[in-house]
Amino acid sequence: MSRITVSEERCKGCLLCTQVCPVTIIRQSERINQNGYKVAEVPAEDMAKCTGCASCATICPDVAIEVWRGKKPKPGSKAA
Amino acid sequence: MPKTQGAASAPKTNQTGEELVFTRPASMVDRATHYCPGCHHGIAHRLVGELIDELGLKENTVAVCSIGCSVFLYNYIDVDSVEAPHGRAPAVATGVKRARPDKFVFTYQGDGDLASIGMAEIMHAANRGERMSVVFVNNTVYGMTGGQMAPTTLIGQKTTTCPGGRCKDREGSPIRMSEIIAHLGGTAFCARGSLDSVKNIRQAKKYMRQAFEVQTKGLGFGFVELLAGCPTNWRLSPLAANKRITDEMIPYFPLGVFKEVEGDGTCGSMLAPESAPGAEGGK
Ligand SMILES: Cc1ncc(C[n+]2csc(CCOP(=O)(O)OP(=O)(O)O)c2C)c(N)n1
Ligand code: SF4
Ligand code: SF4
Ligand code: SF4
Ligand SMILES: [Mg+2]
Repeated sequence: MSRITVSEERCKGCLLCTQVCPVTIIRQSERINQNGYKVAEVPAEDMAKCTGCASCATICPDVAIEVWRGKKPKPGSKAA
Repeated sequence: MPKTQGAASAPKTNQTGEELVFTRPASMVDRATHYCPGCHHGIAHRLVGELIDELGLKENTVAVCSIGCSVFLYNYIDVDSVEAPHGRAPAVATGVKRARPDKFVFTYQGDGDLASIGMAEIMHAANRGERMSVVFVNNTVYGMTGGQMAPTTLIGQKTTTCPGGRCKDREGSPIRMSEIIAHLGGTAFCARGSLDSVKNIRQAKKYMRQAFEVQTKGLGFGFVELLAGCPTNWRLSPLAANKRITDEMIPYFPLGVFKEVEGDGTCGSMLAPESAPGAEGGK
């Protein structure tokens, strides 16, 4: 079980993260932040699909994404 | 890799046993950047921060910032910094490094800064083999001043100063800096990476590490070019800008390592080809 957090304050709504997620769970929300950007989100019902691959965080130009990996899938899982 | 990417400290684990595997590097200040949405300067900054953390250089680094959209680098990377006049970062870095050879010194420069007004400084710093590292962010325009043509602007690319598209006969071909720098005697490592995809970002970070390490190992001048997007001045969405890098920039600016020097890093070993028989004449 992995998950991400998206900083509502830092996200600039560029959508780069939405294209690199292997399970395509990131989308643009309807929430507009203080700077006027529509922030990215993962719908709660989809978060369980997150593989913890960190692709979204790697491509985010604003370090808006943090990635947490649960300890369920033991080694052998190839996420890097 | 179980280690937290970017963070210098040990991976953070919360009460439910979850591990924080990606977060802001400790060397990167926690504040919003002034960059446009989708601008790759943010990615380049983060990679610099991650490497400074991973190589344990935070307390021993002097950044030499340049003129361009990244002029405020010192607001984002938490190290001692000097702001250089336009194009002169390699000259300023030469002074810093020669005065304080114990410091890790890097410049961070755009293509207008490095390949246009600063062409002389970068060439001679590389040729002298200054023990410094250069992060060269090539977005094919003068981003900060509104997207004018740069030496790196692609043929046919429209900018405010070549509204009909860059023309080879009139403005010449885009300059491939990595290929040029690789040919200079003092260059110990030279590579071109790209920030358009996750795979390329990870590879670019490896190149940056090598460009940093040739300095920390005293081998010579380290150079890394990063192909980067400027969605605003390209008049493209961030997603379309990334696609432009993939489809148009990478075919012209090939990715890879152009020079990698091995040896003990003494001037003698770097100058070896010139001291070969027959190379001594012409006094
Ligand atoms: C001596 C001098 N000449 C011109 C300028 C105007 N100027 C500021 S930034 C810039 C170009 C920056 O382009 P680049 O280095 O590619 O950085 P980018 O903004 O694209 O990251 C120019 C010409 C200046 N600040 N100083
Ligand atoms: S960590 Fe990977 S799987 Fe999870 S949201 Fe990000 S890109 Fe998608
Ligand atoms: S990549 Fe970052 S800034 Fe862009 S939409 Fe995703 S979270 Fe927001
Ligand atoms: S103008 Fe271009 S280089 Fe400058 S911040 Fe905006 S996207 Fe980045
Ligand atoms: Mg530029």
